[in-house]
Amino acid sequence: MELFELTAYELAQKLAAREVSSREAVAAVRDRVAAVEGDVQAFLLQTWEVAEAKAAAVDERRAAGEALPPLAGVPYALKDVICTRGLRTTCGSRILERFVPPYDATVVERLGAAGTPLVGKANMDEFAMGSSTENSAFQVTRNPWDLERVPGGSSGGSAAAVAGDECFFALGSDTGGSIRQPGSMCGIVGLKPTYGRVSRYGLVAYASSLDQIGPLTKDVRDAALVLNTIAGHDPRDSTTAAVERPDFVAALDGSVAGLKAGIITELTGKGIDPGVRDCVLKAAAVLEELGVRCEEVQLPHAEYALPCYYVIAPAECSSNLARYDGVRYGHRTQQPVEDFVDMFAKSRAEGFGPEVRLRIVKGTYVLSKGYYDAFYLKALKVRTLIKRDFDRAFERFDVLLCPVAPTPAFRIGEHADDPLSLKLGDICTLPVNLAGLPALSVPCGFADGLPVGLQVLAPPFAEAALLRLAHAYEQHAGWVGRKPPLGR
Amino acid sequence: MAYRPCIGVEVHAQLLTDSKMFCGCSTQFGNTANSQCCPVCSGIPGSLPVINRKAVEFVLRTGTALGCRPAPRCRFARKNYFYPDLAKNYQISQYEEPLTAGGRMTLEVDGEAVDIRIRRVHLEEDTGKNFHLPDGTSLVEYNRCGVPLMEVVTEPDFTSAEQVREYLNELRAIFRYLGVSSAAMEEGAMRAEPSVNLVDPLTGDATPRVEIKNLASVRAVYDAVKYELWRQQQALDAEEPMTQQTRRWSVERQETQVMRDKESSEDYMYFPEPDLVPMEVNEAWAARVAAELPELPRARRARFVTEYGLPAYDAEVLTAQRELADYFEAVARTAGDAKAASNWVMGDLTRLLNETAQAVAASPVSADQLAELVRMIGEGRLTSKLAKDVFEEMFRTGGSAPDIMAAQGLGVVNDAGELEPIIAAVLSENAEAVASYRSGRKQAKGVLVGAVMKATHGQADPKLVNQLLEKALG
Repeated sequence: MELFELTAYELAQKLAAREVSSREAVAAVRDRVAAVEGDVQAFLLQTWEVAEAKAAAVDERRAAGEALPPLAGVPYALKDVICTRGLRTTCGSRILERFVPPYDATVVERLGAAGTPLVGKANMDEFAMGSSTENSAFQVTRNPWDLERVPGGSSGGSAAAVAGDECFFALGSDTGGSIRQPGSMCGIVGLKPTYGRVSRYGLVAYASSLDQIGPLTKDVRDAALVLNTIAGHDPRDSTTAAVERPDFVAALDGSVAGLKAGIITELTGKGIDPGVRDCVLKAAAVLEELGVRCEEVQLPHAEYALPCYYVIAPAECSSNLARYDGVRYGHRTQQPVEDFVDMFAKSRAEGFGPEVRLRIVKGTYVLSKGYYDAFYLKALKVRTLIKRDFDRAFERFDVLLCPVAPTPAFRIGEHADDPLSLKLGDICTLPVNLAGLPALSVPCGFADGLPVGLQVLAPPFAEAALLRLAHAYEQHAGWVGRKPPLGR
Repeated sequence: MAYRPCIGVEVHAQLLTDSKMFCGCSTQFGNTANSQCCPVCSGIPGSLPVINRKAVEFVLRTGTALGCRPAPRCRFARKNYFYPDLAKNYQISQYEEPLTAGGRMTLEVDGEAVDIRIRRVHLEEDTGKNFHLPDGTSLVEYNRCGVPLMEVVTEPDFTSAEQVREYLNELRAIFRYLGVSSAAMEEGAMRAEPSVNLVDPLTGDATPRVEIKNLASVRAVYDAVKYELWRQQQALDAEEPMTQQTRRWSVERQETQVMRDKESSEDYMYFPEPDLVPMEVNEAWAARVAAELPELPRARRARFVTEYGLPAYDAEVLTAQRELADYFEAVARTAGDAKAASNWVMGDLTRLLNETAQAVAASPVSADQLAELVRMIGEGRLTSKLAKDVFEEMFRTGGSAPDIMAAQGLGVVNDAGELEPIIAAVLSENAEAVASYRSGRKQAKGVLVGAVMKATHGQADPKLVNQLLEKALG
């Protein structure tokens, strides 16, 4: 097995045992990137100097006998929506093409303190709006399993990089499924923590009440490992919860027998590809073998999640993206302007892509006088109903199950003429963000030769139980560790 | 068809916190441009707000002082609009759930009591500043962006410019008493925006509301309101069409001028701030704030009249500043003569403080020292004339009255033994006056008294001098 094929945990063990150095690990992924990145196009920025410096520093400390954090020396990538001091952060948009943040996001600080070398910033749908990474202003990222297909989105670059072994783990962000869906399409694990579990300070905001940062990893243990490092209350983010933070890795072991899993009827029926449904039901059968009782459960308001999301998210985004006006940073129009309104309008029209402009316009509309009550306020109420469905379901079940996406990875350009159909693909993931729940995607088979992910949902702050069940499934089901034929 | 004035006032006050509303940047005034900024207050992508607890406390304090109820639960909201000095192109403010609401202030205007309802007192952040250069370039400065602002909104209960003026003066005094704002309008620490229209009480017909901006002093507010009432009445009489407008006050031309015609008011698309969770003010906090309220200006003024027997004028002057009132009370407590204490504080102390540009808190003469001086005058140990000189010396050196008098050999000479030889000498040197007095012209004694005072450098006790002279003259 190549060094770059190891999981983060396996590499960490080798590093701890001094079998391999961090510098070697960085070199290994660097070579791998050189070999496959031409095809995959996962990165917008590669940061080898930074990575090598960090790796060298970690190696020195280890050589000096220092006890190091578990992830020390393990190279990783960041979705380009997360601020890195001194390193260009574009959010996949021309409006931030040359933006260099003056500060590090909290998660970057925590990973830095943990000694992890950053190898690059990953491609994404512009401002995290999209489900295929095709909305990136810069390049198209390809799915390592089939280079003619999308890696999913909006964290497509992060997912492709991990699936293609171009790094050992990556961080993405998830507002409506943007970690889980690319995780599913690229055959890896994608975890969206509970809203409030991980700090959003330094995460360029799309929809403030829905966004969360989370790991994309090669297996469930790695996800737990990363969560251990990035989770926790942050005084700089008022929406992080001051809750107990268990050791998520330690929580992995333990029997799952006796747990109850609810298969969500509304999300497993009509509109789901038969091949996908098949994988999901087979996964439920595996869980039954482990002693988990699986039954059907209904979420009566699930069908409203899509319209609800597409009122709330654009509304918040229209406000969050108002700051991009060319005054302090970002693209400023070179055209002659009459006044500041003109300058703002031209800069934004030039800098934002069509999907972003569409959502800003929609969001402005639903917040405007005369429509606020009918749309935004109403959507907030529907959101409460959706959350209550989950609360009721979790009274009877420990976890819930459903697909991540209705189909496996589709072809690049397949939805170009029908953006609505692309959005319909989010129906399984959206409700989770509306309810603020933790959820992950774990590989559960293949349909038409393409990876399919099982989505597992848990009650708020129950990541430990979520990860334990997913880990037990993964170890028993045997899909873990499958690699795409990339670069072979 | 008698229309009556209908005026509401919105006041914004910068709060005296050390740091900004949503980040730790300093609120200090007057430093290098853009030196007090961070990702949060300059709207850098990925930044998030964190609430300044002291700012919340200050608004609770003010709201409670104005008779408002603190909301058990309140939220911040985004007010969305585009402007270069607004770093995020939205301002975090409060909309549907303000921190406090439902108070009142009673004013006294021309002997009449006027009740003004306070609709709400809430919290928001200030914007930066734009500068426009002659060549057409504009600059933006964000040191002020994010400074905590308290907004006090009244119901449109005012019916005259005089009432508005009284309100602003009282509000300013309250802000200073509570220590929540310097309320210095010239520095922009307090801004007032009146909304003016005319209403027919019988029919309910009204002229469209006009909001007036760009008012840098209470005087300007008074003038602007008076002008606007007149302008609207003129337009009404001439049956001119009128629209809802924002007008700016021009000090140079002493008139209001159109800034913005607003057929309908601007749509700020308010929605609850998703980056901040709702805030709950529990009963214990509200109770503590209420218990810790200091005595407010109005109550203090009234008490100075009843407790110290001071005239209303004195009470007004002394309570203009809380520190001055505190100083006065410290003096009056042990001086034995409240009116005398008042005179000294309003007079010589204030004069010298102004001359040396010092605040009361920095007064070289402590309250105890001044009280001592007043007591000494009362006991006849020095004349008021002398006392003025002694006080100046006390102010200059920080010494106490007895020390200074001892050092300079001052002190009322009221020892008969000391005075008798001097009187004898004066009598022998002023034979004419003596003769004049003895022949019935009593006013001649004045010359003799003057001579004794001169001989004793003004330190002789005038009463005793008179007594002894009479005795000597027979």
